[in-house]
Formats: sequence, C-alpha cells, structure tokens
Amino acid sequence: MQNAMTISFNALGENEAFSRVAVASFAAKLNPTVDDLAELKTAVSEAVTNAIIHGYDSNPAGIVYISASIEDGEIDVVIRDEGRGIRNIEEAKEPLFTTKPEMERAGMGFTIMEHFTDKLEIESSTSSGTIVRFKKRLAGKRVNCV
Amino acid sequence: MVTMKAEAQGKVLIIRLTGELDHYYSEQVKEFTEQQIDQHQTQHLIWNLSGLPFMDSSGLGVILGRYRQVNEMGGSVTVCGLNTQVKRLFQLSGLFKIMYVTQTEQEALDRLEESSCRTQ
Repeated sequence: MQNAMTISFNALGENEAFSRVAVASFAAKLNPTVDDLAELKTAVSEAVTNAIIHGYDSNPAGIVYISASIEDGEIDVVIRDEGRGIRNIEEAKEPLFTTKPEMERAGMGFTIMEHFTDKLEIESSTSSGTIVRFKKRLAGKRVNCV
Repeated sequence: MVTMKAEAQGKVLIIRLTGELDHYYSEQVKEFTEQQIDQHQTQHLIWNLSGLPFMDSSGLGVILGRYRQVNEMGGSVTVCGLNTQVKRLFQLSGLFKIMYVTQTEQEALDRLEESSCRTQ
C-alpha cells in the first residue's frame, strides 16, 4: 500500500534540520540501514539548501514544499520551490560548479544527490522554480549476519 | 545545533565540532574557525569530526575555505574521526587529495610531529 506525506515551510536555514529529520522519520518504517538513512537525509538537505539559497536567494518569505511517498520499499521524494529557477541544469550538475563561490559553496549538491539516491530528476524554469525528485530503495537491503 | 571548541598547540589548531553541520550552522563555524586561525597564527589545522553524525556540502565548503586560508601560509589540514556518511562526502568531492585523514586526533598530531622532524 502506498503511504504519502507533504510538508511546506519558509525558506529559513533553521528549517533544514527539520526537513531532513521529517523525511527520515517518515522513511523509518521501511527499516532502512543507518547508512541509507544518512544518505537520504543528506540528499534532502542538499535539495532544501539549494531551494533556500539559490531558489529564493535566502528570502525567508519563500516556501519550500516537500512531498514523499513510500511504495514497495522505495521512497520517492519531491522537493519544490517557486524561486528563480536554474538557467542551465547540466552546468549546475557539474561537480564543483557554483554560482555563489563567495558563500563558500562547494558546488557538490547535485553530485551528492546523484550518488546518494537511486534516481534523480531535475525540472526547472526561470518562471516557475525548481522541482527535484529522487527515489531511493530502503527496504530489503539489510544483510543478515549469521 | 553545532558546538565548536578550539585548542591551539603552537602552530597547530584543533577544531572539535559536535552536532549536525549544514548551511544554517556553516557560517558560525566559518567565523569561529577563521577568528581562531587569525588569533593563534595557525599553520596546521586539525578538524576533529568524531562528534559530527551529519554533514552536507555546506560543511565541505567551510572546510575547503579554511584549507585555502592555511594553505596560503604553507600549512596543512587534517581531518579525523569521520563517520561513513561524512567520509563519502569527502571522497566524492576529492578533498582527500588535498587533506590528510586520520582515525584519531592523536594520530593527526603524531603525523604533524613526524613531518616536522623530517623537515628539520
């Protein structure tokens, strides 16, 4: 059976921890490994940070939307903003690429999301904002030690 | 929340972080560490991350920024006490190519001691 949840919150840095913990708590019923849960939290944190500092340019009036659903041991997470959008997605995905070097951004957000999830999709437009969607299998990966 | 502690031993500065290091806390860590480096005229920086269960790329940005700061003075950066998730972030970003990594703070100090003996 499918199970789904949605949350939305202001684009404030202090909400980053809340958002990744909320998604991780929702995913916990799949009994994931500690490493998988850490990877999920990291991917959420990267996408939410991008929405706040790039999408909304750190304007707290912006709203970040997260929806997540679980089906057949897999979590599907959609993180959306209505901010300025990404001009060139392929360029943004390049490791070490950043538009904000003055903020000491590492330019690793999308690289980390790609490595820490099973499937990553990015849709963006400069008129309507950015949607990051990723899937990650969490159940049935535990190795039973005999 | 992140707590930060600094300990200077001559030209070596140890920064111990506990908590979750994300974008929200990265500015505080940056300011604190920058100020400690200036105050102690640090050459070699050791990050003890054994109390850090979570970090994202914002943390990588701060650590890379401080690498640039001490590297300009001919210094080095060592990271120790990384958990699996944090270690993967370092691997993905290639930071292990420019920084030293040890299991413990003592090993980091011993390595610096040995390398300074070799150059004397």
